[in-house]
Amino acid sequence: MKSVIRFIPLILFVLLGILLYRGLFLNPQAMPSAMIGKPLPNFDLPRLKAIEEKVGRDDLKGNIVLLNVWATWCVQCKYEHPYLIDIARDPRIKLYGLNFTDDRNAALSWLEQYQDPYEFSIFDEQGALGLDIGVFGAPETFVIDHTGIIRKRFAGPVNDKIWQKEFLPLIESLEAEMKNAEIAQGAS
Amino acid sequence: MKPTSIISAITKLAKRFQLLLSIILLNVFALCNVNASPVDTFEFKDEATKVRFQILSKELRCPKCQNQNLADSNSKIAVDLRKSLYNLLQEGKSDQEIIDFMVYRYGDFVLYRPQLNKQTYVLWFAPLIIIFAFIIGVLLVLHKRSKAKQIDLSSHEQANLDKILNKK
Repeated sequence: MKSVIRFIPLILFVLLGILLYRGLFLNPQAMPSAMIGKPLPNFDLPRLKAIEEKVGRDDLKGNIVLLNVWATWCVQCKYEHPYLIDIARDPRIKLYGLNFTDDRNAALSWLEQYQDPYEFSIFDEQGALGLDIGVFGAPETFVIDHTGIIRKRFAGPVNDKIWQKEFLPLIESLEAEMKNAEIAQGAS
Repeated sequence: MKPTSIISAITKLAKRFQLLLSIILLNVFALCNVNASPVDTFEFKDEATKVRFQILSKELRCPKCQNQNLADSNSKIAVDLRKSLYNLLQEGKSDQEIIDFMVYRYGDFVLYRPQLNKQTYVLWFAPLIIIFAFIIGVLLVLHKRSKAKQIDLSSHEQANLDKILNKK
């Protein structure tokens, strides 16, 4: 008994060591979104390219919707842009833009200059929708499933590697989910 | 002019200059005394709301700049969140409603003081449990020691002990 007690400090020290060692390799910037599993909140905002035309949640059509938060003040958005053009070619998804607290003219000339990969961009000048979905910077990319639930938030620029690692598996599982739902509906 | 009078004139001049210099410096320092924290030009409906704004913006954490609260940070998101905090306060929302609003969007992360729920039981109660365990451990050890002191000697052992002690 006594010999066991003698080792308690050592054991505690080792446990603490493991805990702190693990902490060295955690990424403090990696933050889970609180919105995952929650429905996309409704909004009533103009389209960037047609300011008089208001759009809402139901205008984001498509089974798998990608909502990309971008702005002209965001340097990493520029880096991400060519990849978005590639991604938009994927027939399984529909890519929409959320132009976040930006200057409209600057945003329009950005799209002209670098091509427009989006079905359309929502013009969120005040950051109202951004606030509602917990955006804390740009770029951010949200994945919304066929039932309107937010399934993923990726903060930071997307590139090929990240697309394959972070997004493709989710898109495949969402496709499978939709197929299952269809079968279930057909059966009932 | 005598050299002494020149010196006295110079010292007089220096003294006068010193006064002038100190006045200038005082003014400069007075101008420098600006508030270092980001200042927004919010107008509150009453003093109580202003105080609540100050408290809440210190308790809420900036999601982007992770080791600063909303009051300290000047990042875009912190400015935006201060604005929405102000709007919520002006709408007459209670503190809890505002905290729920922020947590719904940004997660528990935005709170510097974590709420009490299933995930945070360990966080809140582990220190108490550790302190209690420590106190109980100390009491147990003390109890054992006090017991260990009362060793009953047999009459033979007592006689031996006396003999040894008396030898001196």
